[in-house]
Amino acid sequence: METKTKDHAALAEAFIRDEEHVNWHDGALWWIRQKRDIASKQIPEWEALRETASRIKSNVLSNLHDYLLQFEANLIKNGITVHWASDAEEHNRIVYSILKAREINQMIKSKSMLTEECHLNEYLAERGIDVINSDLGEYIQQLDNEPPSHIVLPCIHKRKEEIGEIFHEHLGTEKGVSDPTTLTRFARRHLRNAFITRRAALTGVNFAVAETGEYVVCTNEGNADMGAHLSDVQIASMGLEKIIPQKKHLGIFLRLLARSATGQPITIYSSHFKKPRAGQEMHLILVDLGRTRQLGRPEFRESLKCIKCGACMNTCPVYRKSGGLSYHNTISGPIGAILAPNLDMKRHADLPFASTLCGSCSNVCPVKINIHDQLYQWRQVIVKEGFAANTKVLGMKAMAWTLSSPNSYTRMGRAGRWVLNNIPFAINNKLNPWYKQREMPDGPKESFGEWYAKNQKENGSDKK
Amino acid sequence: MTVGLFIPCYVNQFYPQAAIATLQLLQKLGLHVVYPPRQTCCGQPMANSGFEHLTQECNDLFLENFASFDYIVAPSASCVLHVKQHLHSTNDPALAERVRSKVYELVEFLTDVLKIDHLKARFPHKVGIHQSCHGLRGLYLAQMSELNARPFSKPVQLLNMVDGLELIDLDRPDECCGFGGTFCVAEEAVSVKMGRDRVTDHVKNGAEYITSVDLSCLMHLEGILHRNKSAVKAVHIAEILNSTL
Amino acid sequence: MSTRESILAAVLKNQPPASPLPDISAFQGTDQDIVARYRAVFTGIGGSVFEVENFAEINDRIRENFDATKRILTTLPGLAGYFEQLSTTADPRTFDDVELAVIEAQLAVAENGAVWLPEQRMGQRIIPYICQHLAVVVPVATIVPTLHEAYAQIGEGDYGFGAFIGGPSKTADIEQALVMGAHGPITMTVFILK
Repeated sequence: METKTKDHAALAEAFIRDEEHVNWHDGALWWIRQKRDIASKQIPEWEALRETASRIKSNVLSNLHDYLLQFEANLIKNGITVHWASDAEEHNRIVYSILKAREINQMIKSKSMLTEECHLNEYLAERGIDVINSDLGEYIQQLDNEPPSHIVLPCIHKRKEEIGEIFHEHLGTEKGVSDPTTLTRFARRHLRNAFITRRAALTGVNFAVAETGEYVVCTNEGNADMGAHLSDVQIASMGLEKIIPQKKHLGIFLRLLARSATGQPITIYSSHFKKPRAGQEMHLILVDLGRTRQLGRPEFRESLKCIKCGACMNTCPVYRKSGGLSYHNTISGPIGAILAPNLDMKRHADLPFASTLCGSCSNVCPVKINIHDQLYQWRQVIVKEGFAANTKVLGMKAMAWTLSSPNSYTRMGRAGRWVLNNIPFAINNKLNPWYKQREMPDGPKESFGEWYAKNQKENGSDKK
Repeated sequence: MTVGLFIPCYVNQFYPQAAIATLQLLQKLGLHVVYPPRQTCCGQPMANSGFEHLTQECNDLFLENFASFDYIVAPSASCVLHVKQHLHSTNDPALAERVRSKVYELVEFLTDVLKIDHLKARFPHKVGIHQSCHGLRGLYLAQMSELNARPFSKPVQLLNMVDGLELIDLDRPDECCGFGGTFCVAEEAVSVKMGRDRVTDHVKNGAEYITSVDLSCLMHLEGILHRNKSAVKAVHIAEILNSTL
Repeated sequence: MSTRESILAAVLKNQPPASPLPDISAFQGTDQDIVARYRAVFTGIGGSVFEVENFAEINDRIRENFDATKRILTTLPGLAGYFEQLSTTADPRTFDDVELAVIEAQLAVAENGAVWLPEQRMGQRIIPYICQHLAVVVPVATIVPTLHEAYAQIGEGDYGFGAFIGGPSKTADIEQALVMGAHGPITMTVFILK
């Protein structure tokens, strides 16, 4: 399970201590942002695609009930068994019961943030079922017993030497080997054996087409397909919000997804699963896990439009400098910070504050989620719900009182520069974190207000 | 035309020279400018910290000070954006709406309302522009690098009118500096790292001055420059546009 | 109330007022220089492209570029004389030793280099993933400009499984260093058949 001991600021501070590492992390993700820019600028209709995708998703949210019924009916027609789960426990129980019924004790799983959120691997391990994550990055994270730090690039926070060490420890590669091609080839051989021998495969879902009852899974490695097509039992887990109305809408979303994620024109594999193979069983689990609650929050429901491209993480300067694990949530970065408080407001109360509200996330979002506005709105909700520290509440009340009264403000300003003592970023006190690595401006002889009173009043310029 | 000069609280206290430059620049352009002395703060520090519900009195005071002007101009994109987005009144919502539509950041006031095409200013230095996020993505003062859309820049348009000034190119033209209001102390480590990286970009590309439409960003960058004893200076765009050096 | 009913009830209660579905018919590409564009994009992804006149030429290119002593499979009747015909009934695990699979696409997309393969064209679903190298024959007239035209042609599609495949299997999970052949084919070759 995720254990939270420190908040984002503390975890970020620890991450930043290794400055060379942070610079590498920042540069690697910025490079992906640049590739995204180049790819998007080759499509003249890019902004129209984003707008259209956003509107299709608006339609989905407004009609989700009917689309879910339509999708379910088509799945059944196609020979896929449908399950519904309201929370992680129910989801995990369903997966376990499917495997147990066939006496399967080994499964291979491609990337699925939902099953990470559900802590499926731990649940199954406790019941004697071994799961291997087949996405290379997730496999590395699994070996190292860490959650993914990025939804598209699960181990982007690790250097190759660190990964070489993990391979050496767990898989017996030669010590000191860290060449990415050599390590990838080694993992390929190792995982191929797992693909060939494991009878059950679980995948996530990128898009679920209500009209046809098929679902699309996108990968670059081909790992979802290797697992699915060699399995006797295929399971797909999806959040309710993954529905799209019609197949032709895939054209819009697949044009946006990979370009936004990595700057590729399309993921290498966009697999459309509609019916089981002869002799194969297929199951699909529709999972709520907070989605219906978020749907009922008017100011936050648009977050459910997310297609999990990770562009907001790559562009976010806070994410790039602090690393995904500092968000202590399966989905990190700006989108994680607006999704997480819906799941557990107290635990994730720090996340909407882990942002400068710069707005770059909203601009790269392929479905135009107003991420930075939602971060602002979550701050208001978190304070109102009582999850802000008490000292902060008192400080803000004092500030509001002073600023609302010009007389007290001016008096305090003259006496000791009220701003210097009270505006959080300007507190003139050596204990203020501002001073750790920055100076404050030299206090001028007089404020503008004082200067103006002396120099401008007499020439009458304030008479209208 | 009478312009109400809105000088945000920290500018009033720390950067009177930028406020004076703003006033003088507007006066040079022939405007009647008034500074209402009873102004305090727009309420942004509280609102961005999640306490927007405590800002009603700041809003009322803002309305009391500024409702009568034809335009309200401030040398701060961030405070202007806050007013434009969040100035509300329970007593007189229509008044708040009218006032919101009259508030301008200095640069956009010069390019969009006054539509100036020349300036008598001289600033013979290499200058890097720090795009304030609220100016860029909030007030749309320049095209945002994320979008596939026609490039433009209102600050560049004005700085190109300044004699002797040479603009430098940056590796990352519109990345956030990490100030972020209370973020700068609550997330000190990330904030400073972001600021240091912005400073490095400007220094590496030869800036002698870093300028911006927001003094909050500049205060943060200047704090880092001073701590590192750098010769590079931070200067508000109003001071450059008002400069006759 | 069952989980299904309670979820559906919560969705119905919480979903926002109706928002219309946008018309997407205006999105379309052009046929101009379509083969050259396809070639440039697919090569950029890390694939190889040959423009060929007939199946004999495909056979020649394959023998020049791949190890013909290893197992090569095909679903194309036109290549039946040259390579092993793929069994649609064999256990999919038995294809682990396939060096090269040669299959034919229904269409290819110029803007992203991907080919569309319904499972009938794959022979078996696992084929384009399990082989060490993948070769796909694309009749030149089947290249479309964008995914919009592709989906218009695919329609509902009579398949249980279908996929767009746009290059060799790849990963960049270790330090963003691009490695071809993560789990699937290490190379992908497209033969544009005139």
